[in-house]
Amino acid sequence: MTEPLLSVRNLRLDIPTGSGTLHAVRGIDFDLNRGETLCIVGESGSGKSLTSLALMGLLGKSIKRNADRMTFDGIELTTASQGQMRRLRGARMAMIFQEPMTSLNPAYTIGDQLAEALLLHRKVSRQQARDRAIELLEKVGITAAESRLSQYPHQLSGGLRQRVMIAMALMCEPELIIADEPTTALDVTIQAQILRLLHDLGREMNMAVILITHDLGVVARVADKVAVMYAGELVETGPVRDIFNAPSHPYTRGLLRCIPLPGKTDRGAKLGTIPGIVPSLVGEVEGCVFRTRCPHAVAECRGDIPKREDGNHAFRCIFPDGKRHSEKELTV
Amino acid sequence: MATTSTHDSLLDEISGPTPAQMLRKRIFGHQGFLIGAIVLILLTIVAILAPWLAPHDPYAQSLMSRMEPPVFLGGDWEHPLGTDHLGRDYLSRLIYGARISLLIGAVAALISGVIGTAMGVAAGYFGGKVDAVVTFLINVRLAMPVVLVALAVVAILGGSLQVVIGVLGLLLWDRFAVVMRASTMQVRRREYVAAAQVIGASTPRILLSEIMPNIANNLIVVVTLEMAHAILLEAALSFLGLGVQPPTPSWGLMVSEGKNMMLFEPWLVLIPGAVLFVLVLAINLMGDGLRDVTAPENRS
Amino acid sequence: MLQFILKRLGLAILVAFTVSFISFSLLFLSGDPAAALAGETASGEDVEALRRLYGFDRPMLVQYGDWLFSALQGDFGESYYFRLPVASLIADRLSVTMILGVCGITFALLTAVPLGVVAAIRPNSIIDRIALFISVAGQAMPSFWFGLILIVVFAIQLGWLPPSGTATWRHFILPTIVLGYYAMPAIMRLTRAGMLDVLSSDYIRTARAKGANETRVMFRHALRNAIIPVVSLAAVQMGFMLGGSIVVESIFALHGAGYLAWESIARNDLPTVQALILIFSMFYIVFTFLADVLNAWLDPRMRTS
Repeated sequence: MTEPLLSVRNLRLDIPTGSGTLHAVRGIDFDLNRGETLCIVGESGSGKSLTSLALMGLLGKSIKRNADRMTFDGIELTTASQGQMRRLRGARMAMIFQEPMTSLNPAYTIGDQLAEALLLHRKVSRQQARDRAIELLEKVGITAAESRLSQYPHQLSGGLRQRVMIAMALMCEPELIIADEPTTALDVTIQAQILRLLHDLGREMNMAVILITHDLGVVARVADKVAVMYAGELVETGPVRDIFNAPSHPYTRGLLRCIPLPGKTDRGAKLGTIPGIVPSLVGEVEGCVFRTRCPHAVAECRGDIPKREDGNHAFRCIFPDGKRHSEKELTV
Repeated sequence: MATTSTHDSLLDEISGPTPAQMLRKRIFGHQGFLIGAIVLILLTIVAILAPWLAPHDPYAQSLMSRMEPPVFLGGDWEHPLGTDHLGRDYLSRLIYGARISLLIGAVAALISGVIGTAMGVAAGYFGGKVDAVVTFLINVRLAMPVVLVALAVVAILGGSLQVVIGVLGLLLWDRFAVVMRASTMQVRRREYVAAAQVIGASTPRILLSEIMPNIANNLIVVVTLEMAHAILLEAALSFLGLGVQPPTPSWGLMVSEGKNMMLFEPWLVLIPGAVLFVLVLAINLMGDGLRDVTAPENRS
Repeated sequence: MLQFILKRLGLAILVAFTVSFISFSLLFLSGDPAAALAGETASGEDVEALRRLYGFDRPMLVQYGDWLFSALQGDFGESYYFRLPVASLIADRLSVTMILGVCGITFALLTAVPLGVVAAIRPNSIIDRIALFISVAGQAMPSFWFGLILIVVFAIQLGWLPPSGTATWRHFILPTIVLGYYAMPAIMRLTRAGMLDVLSSDYIRTARAKGANETRVMFRHALRNAIIPVVSLAAVQMGFMLGGSIVVESIFALHGAGYLAWESIARNDLPTVQALILIFSMFYIVFTFLADVLNAWLDPRMRTS
C-alpha cells in the first residue's frame, strides 16, 4: 500500500476561554490518498472548519494545535516552519472558503488576485500568470474569461465569485484541495454545479479533495470516504458505501434519518430529528460525547469508549454493532 | 463534571448575573471611566466650594509679593502654588478658574447639545428634505474654521463670559447633529417604533418615549466630548486674548499671562496648563468609558 | 463615478456660497460697522463719511453681492489697518501657512498610520498601549500649552531649535509637531480600528491561504483597504489644521495667514477677517471634495459604479 498523501493521527485543538479550556477537536484520525474525495459531515460547531484550518496552518494564535502525526506527502505539518507552511499553502494545498462574497479582496481585480496565487510560488511572467488565469477561468466554466480579469469582485455574482475562488485554488495545481462548505452561501441550482465542478476537477487533475459539508445528499454523490464529526470527535469514518449502507454510530444514523434519501425514504414519511443539544466542550470531556442525546445510552457510556474497526470502516461506541441491528428500519 | 447536561447549562443561564449587576461590574471594571469620573467629580466639588476652599481672594493684588514660587520650588505655605505677576494667589485663581472652565464646558455643551440633537433627530427621523437640509447645514458648519469665527465674533461683540459661552454653544453643535442623525436612523428602523406608529402614537410621543431613550447613551458620550472641546476652545480663545477678559481667572488666560515670564518662571505656564490638561483628560476618559460601559458591543 | 463627482461638486459650490454669505454677515454683527470702524471718539459726521465711503448705507444684500462679485475676481477690498489690498496681503502670508499645514499633516500621517497599524497587529501589546496613551493625551492637550512646553524644553533649556520665526526649516520643526499632534489621535484611532476590522475579514484569510507572507498580507491586502477612510479623514484634518494654525502661528510667531488673522481680529480689520474666514473655509471645502473624489477612486466599488 502506498503512503497516503495526507495522514492525521490524534489531532487535538484546544481554545483557552475565560471559564476553562474548550476542547474543540479531540483525537481525530484519518488518511487521504491522491485522487480521493473525503467528505467531512457534521452539524455546525462540530469542529469541521477548525480541522480544515488546522491542516492549512491558518488557525488563530489563541488556538493550540497538537497531533501525534499530521503529515502531508511525508512532511510533518505540526513541526513545519512558517516559511515551509507558506510554501505549501496555495502551491501544494489550497483552500476554498464558505463565503465567496467576502473572501475576495475588494480592492484588487480578479486578474490580480488570480495571478498573485501563481506569482507567489512560481517564477513566471505576469503574462504567463494571466494566461493561466484565463485558462482556469474557462475551466471552471466562466464565459468571456479574458474580460473578467479586469473586473472587481463586487461586479460578480456569488456563484461567479466562488468559481473564481476555485480557479484561484487551482492556479498552482495543488495536490490537495480543502473546500469548506463552498456552496452554503449560494443558490440551490448553483450549489450542484459548483460541487459537480469540484468533483470532476479533482478526478481530472488527480487531486485529493476534502469537502466539508452538512449536506448528505452531496456526500452520497461525490464522496469516496466519509468522516462523521460530532462535538469535536470523529464518531465514524469509512468508505461512502459502508456509511450509507451500514451506518454504525447512532449519531450517523440520526443524521441519515434527518434527510430524505431517494429509494429509502417512503413518500409522506416523517423525517427524523435528533433531540437535545450539543454539550459544552469546556473542561475535561469523558466517555461518549453523544450519550446525552443517544437513545441507547447506558451507564457504561460514561467510561472509555472502544474504537471498533472493520477494514477501513471505524466508529466509536460501547456496543460492538453500535446497536445498528436494533434500528431495523434504516439498515438495508 | 465531564459534560454539562442540557439541564445544567439551563440552570447556569438562570442563575447568571442580572443586567444591573453586569452594568455595575462593567463600571467598576473600567479603570479609565472610574479615574475620569473621580477626577471630574473632585474638580466639580472644588469649583462649587471655591469661596470656602480658596485660601485667598483670587482678585486681590499684592505688589509686595509678586511671582513668589510655589512650595515645591522653595516658596512658603502662605501661597502653596505661588503668586502671579500681580501678586495674586495662584492656587485661589486656579480654584476659581475651575468654575469658569466647567461652567463654559457645561453650558456650551448644553446649548450646542439642544441645537444639534434637535437637528440630528429631525433629520434622522423624518429623512427626505429635512435630512438634506440638516446635512447641508452640517457641511456648512464644518467648513467654517471654528477658532477663527469664534475669535472674530468675540472680538466684535466683546469678550464677556456670556459671549464666549454663546459663541461656543452656537458653533459646536455639528458632532451632536452628526451622531444623533445616525443613531436616530438606526433606531427608527426598529420594530418597536413601527409598533408605536401602528397603535397611533403621535410623532412627538414617539420621539420622546421611543427614540430618545434609545439614543441617550450616544448623546451622553457626545456631551462629554463637546464639553472637553468647549473647555479647550475657551482656553485657546482666552490665551489669544480674545476670550474671557482679565482679571477673570480663566486657565487659558493664566497661561497667557505667565507666557511673558516663561523664561524665568516656567511654572507660571506649566501649572494652569497641567490642570487644564487633567480636566480635559478626565472628561475624555469618562466619555470613552461611557461608550464602552453603555454599549459593550462597540468595544474594540 | 462622473455623476458622483458632479453631484459632490455641486454640493461643494453651494456650501461655499453659504459660507461666503455667513462670513460676510459677520461684519454686521456689531450693528453698525461704520461706527465700529470709526472708533469711540469719532464724531457723527466722521461716521457718516465712513458709511458712505465703504458703502454701508446700501442694503446688506447689495453689499454682499458687490463683495462676492469682487471676491470671485480675487478682489477682497482694502485692509483697514494695513491700507493694502487684502488679496495681496493674504497671498504674501499664505505660503507659510501652507508649508506648516503640509508638514503638519505629513508628520501626523507618518507617525499615526504606522502606530495604528502596529497597534492593530498586536492588540494589547506595549506598542498598542503607548499608541493609546499618545492618542488619549493628544486629545486632551491644549495645543498652545504643548507649544509653550516644547519652546521651554527644546528652545530654551536644550537650545536645540529656534523658539520662533520662519527663517530656516528648523524653525518649522516645533510648530509642525504641535500642529501634527493635533491631528494624530483621530488618524491613529481610525487606522487601528480599520486595520482590526480588515484583519478579521475573510479575504485576509484567503491571502494567507494563498501562501502570501505576513508583510504582504499586512500591506498589500490589509492596509490597502484600511487606508481608504484614513485618506478622507486626513483631508478633513488638514482643513481643521489650517483653521487651527492661528494658535500655533501666534505661539511661534510664524507670520502666516493664521497670524494675520489674529492681528486683523485684534485690530478690527474686518475685510481681512472676512476674506480669511472665506479662504480657510474654501481650503476645507476643496480638501474634502478632493478627498471624496480620491476616496471614490481608491475604492473600486465606487469607482466602477
